Amino acid sequence: MAEEIRAAAASSGGERPAGGDRPSGDRPSGDRPSFGDRERRPPRPGGPGGGREGGRKYFRRKKVCKFCVEKIEAINYKDVRLLAQFVAESGKIVPRRLTGVCTPHQRRLSLAIKQARNIALLPFAGRAS
Amino acid sequence: MNRTYELMFIVRPDMVEEEQDKLISTLETAVTSSGGNVKSVEKMGKRRLAYIVRRFHDGIFVLLTVEGSGGLIHELERRLRVTEPVIKFITVRIDEEQKRLDKIKAIRDAKRKTPPPAPVTETGGETAEVTA
Repeated sequence: MAEEIRAAAASSGGERPAGGDRPSGDRPSGDRPSFGDRERRPPRPGGPGGGREGGRKYFRRKKVCKFCVEKIEAINYKDVRLLAQFVAESGKIVPRRLTGVCTPHQRRLSLAIKQARNIALLPFAGRAS
Repeated sequence: MNRTYELMFIVRPDMVEEEQDKLISTLETAVTSSGGNVKSVEKMGKRRLAYIVRRFHDGIFVLLTVEGSGGLIHELERRLRVTEPVIKFITVRIDEEQKRLDKIKAIRDAKRKTPPPAPVTETGGETAEVTA
């Protein structure tokens, strides 16, 4: 057992050898800690401001998609109050990295906002930004 | 003939109630004569517009839900374009969206009725004895 752990530790830095070291290559990932299981390590959100660059905050307060959480399925151009939350003061559509909306919902949302703009429920350009 | 459309149009704010009704009934007859059917008419009342349209700041919104073919909508829009009091309109096709929503709802309801099987093993399942 100890040799396997040492072998795993040795190979964790690079790629996994193709079943050479480990006797059972099909062992599920539950046994060992996660290093060495995937080729690509998921980026680690090290808390607010824990990114690589010093200036920009990398991951700040994991935002969740409002539509996914509240299970709002239909994004209609008619409910202006819902749409207006995602529109800036200048009338621009707020990017999803600021609002935390997921991609499919952002696409539907932006379609609904454009429809609402066409029917004069939302402005194209509000106060000059 | 199974496409469902939502047609929203804005009428100038200084239009009288009866003229609005006349306009709506004209549209309805156009729909039924071309073989469609009107599912609902909703007058959403006077609202302030987000920008000036044809020198008006407010407008009376009307929502018409229609079932019919594309040619019918073409005809309706042509009429609306020609009608002087109508200042803006938009048509949205909603049957695909409705299908998607119904599917999601069906999945949700099915999930609610039969809760997903819990990973806990069944207790009290003594199958040895069969009561006579």
